[in-house]
Amino acid sequence: MATATPTPKVNHIGLPIVDYRGGKSTLCAGCGHNAISERIIDAMYEMGVEPERVMKMSGIGCSSKSPAYFMSRSHSFNSVHGRMPSVSTGAILANHTMTTLGVSGDGDTASIGMGQFVHLLRRNLPMIYIIEDNGVYGLTKGQFSATADIGSKLKTGVVNELPAIDTCSLAIQLGATFVGRSFSGDKKQLLAMLKAAIAHKGTVMLDVISPCVTFNDHEGSTKSYKFMQEHDEPINELGFVASFEDIEVDYDSGEVYDVEMHDGSSLRLKKLRDDYDPTSKPKAVEMLMESHEKGEILTGVFYIDTAKPTFIDQLNVVDEPLGQLPESLTRPSRETLEKLMVNLQ
Amino acid sequence: MATGDLALGQEQGELHAHQRVVNDFSINVATVNGSGSQSANSVLLKSIFGMGVPVSGKNLFPSNIAGLPTWYTIRASKDGYVARKRASEVLVALNLETAKDDILALPSGAVAIYEENQNLKQYRDDVVCYPVPFDKITAAVCSEAKLRKLVRNMVYVGVVAQLLSIDLAVVEKAVKKQFAKKQKVFDLNFGAVKAGFDYAAEKLVKQDPYVIEHMNQTAGKIIIDGNAATGMGALFAGVTVVAWYPITPSTSVVEATTDLLKKFRVTPEGKATFAVIQAEDELAAIGMVLGAGWAGARSMTATSGPGISLMAEFAGLGYFAELPGVIFDVQRTGPSTGMPTRTSQADLLSTAFLSHGDTKHVVLLPGSVKECFELGHDAFDLAERLQTPVFVLSDLDLGMNNWMSEPFTYPEKPLDRGKVLTAEDLNKLGSFARYKDVDGDAIGWRTLPGTRHPKAAYFTRGSGHNDAAGYTEKPEEYLAIMDRLTRKFETARKLVPAPVYEKKVGAKVGVLAYGSTDFALKESLDQIKKQYNADVDYMRIRAYPFSHEIHDFVASHERVYVVEQNRDAQLASLLKLDLPAEQTVKLRSILHYNGLPIDALSITEEFATKEGL
Repeated sequence: MATATPTPKVNHIGLPIVDYRGGKSTLCAGCGHNAISERIIDAMYEMGVEPERVMKMSGIGCSSKSPAYFMSRSHSFNSVHGRMPSVSTGAILANHTMTTLGVSGDGDTASIGMGQFVHLLRRNLPMIYIIEDNGVYGLTKGQFSATADIGSKLKTGVVNELPAIDTCSLAIQLGATFVGRSFSGDKKQLLAMLKAAIAHKGTVMLDVISPCVTFNDHEGSTKSYKFMQEHDEPINELGFVASFEDIEVDYDSGEVYDVEMHDGSSLRLKKLRDDYDPTSKPKAVEMLMESHEKGEILTGVFYIDTAKPTFIDQLNVVDEPLGQLPESLTRPSRETLEKLMVNLQ
Repeated sequence: MATGDLALGQEQGELHAHQRVVNDFSINVATVNGSGSQSANSVLLKSIFGMGVPVSGKNLFPSNIAGLPTWYTIRASKDGYVARKRASEVLVALNLETAKDDILALPSGAVAIYEENQNLKQYRDDVVCYPVPFDKITAAVCSEAKLRKLVRNMVYVGVVAQLLSIDLAVVEKAVKKQFAKKQKVFDLNFGAVKAGFDYAAEKLVKQDPYVIEHMNQTAGKIIIDGNAATGMGALFAGVTVVAWYPITPSTSVVEATTDLLKKFRVTPEGKATFAVIQAEDELAAIGMVLGAGWAGARSMTATSGPGISLMAEFAGLGYFAELPGVIFDVQRTGPSTGMPTRTSQADLLSTAFLSHGDTKHVVLLPGSVKECFELGHDAFDLAERLQTPVFVLSDLDLGMNNWMSEPFTYPEKPLDRGKVLTAEDLNKLGSFARYKDVDGDAIGWRTLPGTRHPKAAYFTRGSGHNDAAGYTEKPEEYLAIMDRLTRKFETARKLVPAPVYEKKVGAKVGVLAYGSTDFALKESLDQIKKQYNADVDYMRIRAYPFSHEIHDFVASHERVYVVEQNRDAQLASLLKLDLPAEQTVKLRSILHYNGLPIDALSITEEFATKEGL
């Protein structure tokens, strides 16, 4: 991070961190998802997002329960399995002035939810979409999901023989404008990524490897804490400076990409690999595919585009939330109906 | 002669020489799908309408882009009957492939108009034949070869107008309206009409009894299809979010809605006060509708049977999490893909109970284009008042065909946005419990996302929840929610559109029906009275849950026929679940489910048989 301001008692909109907390987690102790919830709380707090202006969306699964465990002052919608994208789309159409955060899992996204997921990406719907990715179905006791790697082994000895779906490559190809991968155990990287995500306008797709301590944290798993600690290959260092932070950013050329975000924040992506270029879709996808073949798990921001219009921009809707427009703006006049009737005579 | 034959004979008018049949017959135009006959059919329909004669038009089309046979029937009825009639008296046979079958289907004494080089006369010596050189006439008025296929259709309008003595000036007006503002197109088309008209005047000798004469039965009336009327209902209900997936026969609901929104719902700055989104499938469409409803929008989708099936899971979420949204189902035949371009009323049970678990829904049943407008509008009020998905069931016949109607009237009541707490309300209350019944009507208060109050938020979920929207697996908390939902359905029973007592003569026998069955049923009841001097009371149902008047209707009659367009007597089945056991034995069914709109005679015949008349 470019800066490390000491955590104040209240954030820049005057709220203490307790106002960002949620209910007590019912997930397993040590579950990666709990760490992600903590980082979401930190990021929202540090960014000074008003909790009442956030919509928390989710599907079904362990991951999708987690919105209950952070930000109780935000409206939340735990929908049906694999369908969070459509519910979010509707909610955002009704009120595009909100910050929308979706939490899904690997099953909820890459299997049952694939159909809606790809169309959300394609629309560049302005929201943050987090996959809490552990490669298994927890609530049904540990079956493989579609993000499990070939050769990964279940506790029962069953070996996964099908290729993993790489949600990040998919997201880049299909139109998401901020795509990254992180690890629930990497506090610093995940927090910086979430803060930048909040500042971004468009679809943010974050695949966060989040080990399942009960069903997928053993020897032979490629989504365990140990495996991640050994194979996590950060491609960049993230430096995020929020718009309200009074810090000078000196832009060097060469080894860093400096990105100016919509809200005036800046994101510095310091290259850790030669083949890294977050402004090029083909390069980003190529890098992901090549590293996957080598068995590396790349983390960091893979792709970012701050210029592409969002779905809301394309719809050219009024600034006010559509759901709260007064009758005077939504019901045409008596004369309008009368004219319509005359035309039909 | 069986009673059925007697009735059919009566319908056909039992022609005698020199008898004139005025304003009471059907015209059947047989063409090939994709040949562009729609404008010509519409002009003919509107010309008869312009003559002041009650008229209805039905498009019987294939599930195909081009090449398969299609028929358009226009019924002129001085008595105002607008349902399908089994037989047509005037045939315009322009499809070579079906011409033989088409002429064979005509009743004795009917009329056939066809291309001169076809020898259709050979099949029927009891039909008046008018061979016409359509190709030659068309070529003479249309120099551009590629336009001839379209213009040819207008020639038959002219021929028919002349033969039936429809005023050419009235036809001209209809053509003008059809091609509003496009002078060149008008000139070409009306030129073709006139060429057909003149040819018939010069070369054809009138040998049949069918004529259209001026009446004054259509003044002030409008012609519109049900789907367009539905779109208008949504417009005046202030719909803000439309999410949909194209499916016949509901597509034109969204097309009409979108056209209206683009016209009437853009601010002076050029910004839209609506969003229309074509979803990736029906699952996504209903998900968007419920998400939008949750966040405060008036949201809708339109679909048909297969889409309804896909929406099942979300429908249950909408019911249990209590989310508003309006789903228009323009019914077609099932099961499965069925016959996508044929009509039915076979989605009633599947929508009433759509989804797993104990789920039931409010279903509205418009019976005319006017009600497509009115109930289409009211559905949004009910969805927000009751905080639940509301289904509006029309069908292909009502939705895609043209119907005559009284003009629609402006909704007098302000929009009912239901129980929504604002930040100021919460300041006064201190807090709220989303699913608590504080008013005794079993409807809780909700807040919208974005409400700036620390206590505004709640957790919406399809899993077990308590009054405060907290997760629960406690039996008593689950029961409290489920039983309140049952009570909320009783509130709905009082709020949904009441049935209409269409005919009340104090008879012992009653009839119940809904939707587009109404047109044929009214005609049938006149037939039953005329032919058998039998009196029947008729109540038209407009919604589920059933209002108490429907219970009273069954209780006050000895026998009650339930007339509907499906195989499994779905309305009767639903009534049997609702009525006291001793009342259910009174119900008997008259069913029609071959994909064609129900006709009066079918009802009359079955009623007569079942009643032993």
